[in-house]
Amino acid sequence: MPVNILCCVKRVPMTGGRIVLTTDEQAIETRHLGFTISPHEECGVEEAVRLVEQHGGSSTVLTLGPAEAEEQLRDAMALGIDRAILLLADEEFDGQATARAIVEAIEAERAAGTEYDLIFFGNESADAGNYQVGIRVAHALGRPCATGLKGVAVADKSVRCEQEVPGGRDVYTLPLPAVVAVKEGLNLPRYPSVPGRMRAKRKPLETRTPARAGAGLEKVRLVVPESQGKQAQILGRGPEAGPAVVEILRQAGIL
Amino acid sequence: MSTLPGRARAVVIGAGIVGNSVAYHLHEQGWSDLVLIDKGPFPNPGGSTGHASNFIFPVDHSKEMTALTADSVRQYKELGVFTRSGGIEVARTEERMQELARRMSSALAWGVDGVSLVTPAQIKAMVPFLDESILVGGFHTEGVGVVDSLRAGTLMRERAQAAGALTIQANTEVLGIDVEHGVVRRVRTTRGDIEAEIVIIASGVWSPRLARMAGASIPLTPAVHQMIDVGPVPRFATAKSHIEYPIVRDMDTNMYERQDGAGLEIGSYAHRPILHDPEEIPSVEEAALSPTEFPFTQADFELQMEHALELCPEIVGDESVGVKYAINGLLSLTPDGMPVLGETPEVKNLWSVAAVWVKEGPGVGKSVAEWMVHGESEIDLHSSDVARFWEHQKTRAHVRARAAEGFNKTYGIVHPGEQWASNRDVRLAPFHSRQAELGAAFFEAAGWERPQWYESNAGLVEEYGDRVNRREAEWDARWWSPIVNAEHLAMRDRAGMVDLSAFTIFDIAGPGALRAVQKVAMREMDVAVGRVVYTPVLSPGGGFKADLTIMRLGDEFFRVVTGGAHGPADRKWFSDRLPDDGSAQLTDVTSGWTTLGLWGPRARDIVGALTRADVSHEGFRFGTCRTVEMDTLRVLASRISYVGDLGWELYVPIEEGRRLWDMVFEEGRPHGLVPVGIGVYGTTGRLEKCYRAYGFELESEYNVVEAGMAWGKVKDSDFVGRDAHVRQRGEEPAAILCTLTVDDHTSKGGVKRYMLGREPILGRDGSRLVDRKGRGSYVTSAGAGPSLGKHILMAYLPPEQAVAGERLLVEYLGERYPVTVAVADATPVFDPENTRIRS
Repeated sequence: MPVNILCCVKRVPMTGGRIVLTTDEQAIETRHLGFTISPHEECGVEEAVRLVEQHGGSSTVLTLGPAEAEEQLRDAMALGIDRAILLLADEEFDGQATARAIVEAIEAERAAGTEYDLIFFGNESADAGNYQVGIRVAHALGRPCATGLKGVAVADKSVRCEQEVPGGRDVYTLPLPAVVAVKEGLNLPRYPSVPGRMRAKRKPLETRTPARAGAGLEKVRLVVPESQGKQAQILGRGPEAGPAVVEILRQAGIL
Repeated sequence: MSTLPGRARAVVIGAGIVGNSVAYHLHEQGWSDLVLIDKGPFPNPGGSTGHASNFIFPVDHSKEMTALTADSVRQYKELGVFTRSGGIEVARTEERMQELARRMSSALAWGVDGVSLVTPAQIKAMVPFLDESILVGGFHTEGVGVVDSLRAGTLMRERAQAAGALTIQANTEVLGIDVEHGVVRRVRTTRGDIEAEIVIIASGVWSPRLARMAGASIPLTPAVHQMIDVGPVPRFATAKSHIEYPIVRDMDTNMYERQDGAGLEIGSYAHRPILHDPEEIPSVEEAALSPTEFPFTQADFELQMEHALELCPEIVGDESVGVKYAINGLLSLTPDGMPVLGETPEVKNLWSVAAVWVKEGPGVGKSVAEWMVHGESEIDLHSSDVARFWEHQKTRAHVRARAAEGFNKTYGIVHPGEQWASNRDVRLAPFHSRQAELGAAFFEAAGWERPQWYESNAGLVEEYGDRVNRREAEWDARWWSPIVNAEHLAMRDRAGMVDLSAFTIFDIAGPGALRAVQKVAMREMDVAVGRVVYTPVLSPGGGFKADLTIMRLGDEFFRVVTGGAHGPADRKWFSDRLPDDGSAQLTDVTSGWTTLGLWGPRARDIVGALTRADVSHEGFRFGTCRTVEMDTLRVLASRISYVGDLGWELYVPIEEGRRLWDMVFEEGRPHGLVPVGIGVYGTTGRLEKCYRAYGFELESEYNVVEAGMAWGKVKDSDFVGRDAHVRQRGEEPAAILCTLTVDDHTSKGGVKRYMLGREPILGRDGSRLVDRKGRGSYVTSAGAGPSLGKHILMAYLPPEQAVAGERLLVEYLGERYPVTVAVADATPVFDPENTRIRS
C-alpha cells in the first residue's frame, strides 16, 4: 500500500561549542552558527524516505519558520523528500500556535485533495524542547499518536511503533492515519548526494503565511544550564597505559 | 596550570604551520629563549592550517612564490610528511591551454622539473574518474603532493623544544601587546605577561586584530574558501593510501578535485567573495567546528556542484556517494595576493608573518627567520614586505575591495599587465583632469593613476607609419597600445612630458643627514650641493635593496626620490638607519611635491623659453639640480634622465602642478611636445638605454657587479653591504646582466609574437641556462625599442653566454624564438655614447 507521509521539522541553530545567548536572553546567539534540524527529525526524514522507497507513495516536508528555513526544506528534499511546505513565520510561535498552524496547513492540504497517512515529528525540538507539537497536532486531528519511537514499520493500514523504555521496548500498533514522534537512533540517516542536492533545487516548495494564534505559553528568558564540562580519565602514561587501553577496546567490542 | 617564562628573546603568536616554522627556524639560526603561544589547543589550534586541503602545486608565475614553495616542499620531505601524488591543471578552453603553455615556461624559468602538457587521453589514463571529453588538455606536474601540515608544525616545534630553545603554551590568548617609544615591549596573555625583544604575529586570519593591539597594521582579510568532501567513493574503497590519484585543478571553473582516502574533496574559489572580519571569528569554545570552519552556505556552491559533476560524473553523479563534510573554511587574502612579511613599519621589533598558505609556510618561516637574524633572506621577499603598503592600502575598504577582486582570480588567467578595477582614483596627480581630457589610459601605481599612453596621440601612429610596431596577437597587445611606441618616437624626435607624480620623495635633514645617506647609499654622497646622485642601495649581503636618486639640496639636506610602488619599504630602510642620536630626520614629502619630466632634443628650447636661468649644457650640467623661476613658479629642476634624452625632472609644490603642466604644454606645443605615458618612461625609453629597474633586474638575489653597475671606485666611507660589495668586486660574477634583441618573432602559426617578460632564456640547443649559483636565466624585462626597431629583452646570463653576438633562444607560450645578446654590460643599445643626454 502506498503511503503518503508528512514530515515536520524545525530550523534550529547548529550548536557545537559553548552556547551563547543574545544579550536580551531571548534567543541563542547565531552569529557564528549554521542551522540544521534536530537529530530526531533527521531520523524522521530518513524514515519517511525509506517508507516511500519501500511502499511507494509520496513524502512532504513541512516547517514553520523564517524564509531562511527553505534551506532545511531543500536539505530534506536532497535526501529524497518529494515536496515542501514552508509556513512563513517572522515572529516566534509557541508550541500551541505552531500546532495550530500545522493543523490548518494539513486541513488545507486535505481540502486540496492531499491526505497524509502518517505524520512524522521529532520527539522534541533541539532548541526549545517543548515535547508537545506532535501530540497537539494528533489531538486536534483526532488521530492516534505514539512518541519516543525508535522503530516504525508500516503494514496493512497500520503502523507498528517501538518505543524505548527502561529495560526494553514497548510496541504499539496504530491504525493509519496516525502521528508519530521519533527519536535519534531510529535509523542511520544518509548523506545527501550531489545529484540529490541538484534535484532538490527543482522540487516544489509551497509557501503559506499562517496567522499566529494567541500565545498560551510565554517565554520569559533563556538560561544556559551549567554543563558538566569535559571529563577525561587518565589510563596511564606511556607503555604502562597499554593494558588499560586493551581492556577498554575489549569492552567496546572492538577487540 | 603551567606558567609562561617572564621574558623571551622572541614570542611567536600562533601555532599553525607558519608560527611553528618561524620558531623552529629561529632556533636553527641560533636563537634560544623562544616562546610559542596559541589561544587554541595543540596540535590543531583551530586556524586555517587545521582545515587546509594541504596540497602543493610547485609552479607559479611568481619567482618569489615558486622559490618559497620549492623550499617548503624540501622541508616537508625532510620532515617525512610529504606524499607525492602528481597533479594536473586541466583546461576546458583553448585560452586556458595557452595559459598552461605559459605555465610550462614559468616552470622552465624557475627550474621546476617534471612538467608536461598532456592530452585528454593521457589525463584519463592518470585520473580515470574524469570525463576527458570536456577537456582540451592539461598541465601535468609530477612533483605535486599532499602534506600533513599539522604534523609538520608539531615536528618543527618539538625539535626546537628538544633543543631547549623553545617553550610552548597552548590555550593562551593574547590580551594586549605593549609598545613603548615605538618599540614592542611585552605580550600580555591570559597566563601572564612576557617581556619580549621581538614579537612575531603568525596568527593567520586573526593577525590584523593582534597588529591593532600594538598600533600596527597587517592588511589582510579572512575570506571563505568552500570545500566539501563526498564519499564513500566505491573506486577508492581499496585505496591503500590517502592519496593515490593526481590532484586535479579544474582551472576554468576555479575548482579542484582530489582523492582523500575513501572520499573526494572538492574545493572552490569560484563562489562570490565572502569576506569576514577577524572580530567575527568565534572563540574555540563557541565554534561549532573549529573557529575557522564556518557553516557551509549551500547557495554559494550550486554552480560548483554542476561543474564538479561535469568533470567527475562517475563519483559526483553516484547517488550512493554523499556529501559528508562541507565547510566555509577561512583563509587569508591580501590586497595584492602576496603574503605580509617582515617588521612592521609602525612598531620596531614587531614582525608580521601572515597571509601565508600551507604550500609556502615552511619556506616563509625559514626566510623570515633569516631576515630577522641576518638582516636579509636568501630568497628576495620584497614583494611580500609588510612595509610595501601605503596608508590607503591598509584600510579595511581597500583590503576588502582588492581581496574580493583577487579571489576569483585564484586560478585565473592573469595578464602580466592586468590592472585592478576596484578602488581606483585614490591618488590623483594635479594634472589628472588635463590627462583625462587627453584620453589618458590610466594604469595604477601605488594607488596613483598614471597615464600609460594618451589616446590624443593616436595620430602619431599614422605619422610614424611602419616605424610603429603593431602586435598581431591579442595576448601580446592586451593592456598595451601601439601609441606607446609612437609617443616614444615623438619624444626622441621632439620632446615628451611625463607625469612622475607617483615618485616617493623623502627629505633627510639635520647635522647627521650626510652620515645618514652615506650609510645607506652605495655611491659617494659627500658631493657638492646641487648634485644629483643615482645610487644603488644594498642589502647587507651586497644585493639590491633599492636603486634611487638623491639630490643634495644643502649641506645638511638631502632629497631622496624613488619609485612609487616600493617607496614605503625604501623609506623604512632609510628611517631604520638614521643616526641613533637623532641628528637627522626623515620627512616624507611625497604628497608635497609633484614631478613632471620633460625630455627630448627640444627640451632645452622649451625650458629655455620658460625661464631666464641658464639652462645651457655648460650652465646646467647633467647630474645637477637647481631651483629656477618659470614665470610665477619656483621650480626645482633636476637634470637627469631615465629615458636617455636631454631633459629635466621639474618639481613643484603639488598645488602648483597643474599650472606647471599648462605652462610646459603651451610652451612646448610649437616644438612638437607631446604628453608621453609610463609605457615610454618605464619600458621603451629605459630598455633602449639598458637602464635597470628595481624588482625586475635589481633584486637582493643579484649584486652590483652582476648587474654591470660597479663603475667607479668604492667610496671610502662605510655603507650597508660594503664588505660584501668589495668582495664581489674581486670575484668573477656568476651571471652578467645582458641586453638581448629578438631575431625572429614569427610563431609556427605565422603570427608575430612579442614576449612580455619572465620567460626562460635557453641555449641554442634548448638547454636551460643556469649560473654557478644555481640561478636560471630568464627575461627580467621585455619591451619594444621603437628607435631600434627591435624587441628588447634583459636577462642575467652565465659568463659563457654573456658575450655580445651570442645566439640563444627565448621560450614564449610554448614556442622558442631566436635571440642575440646585443650588449653584455650596461652600455645602452640606443645612443651608446650618451650624446643625447649630454648634449
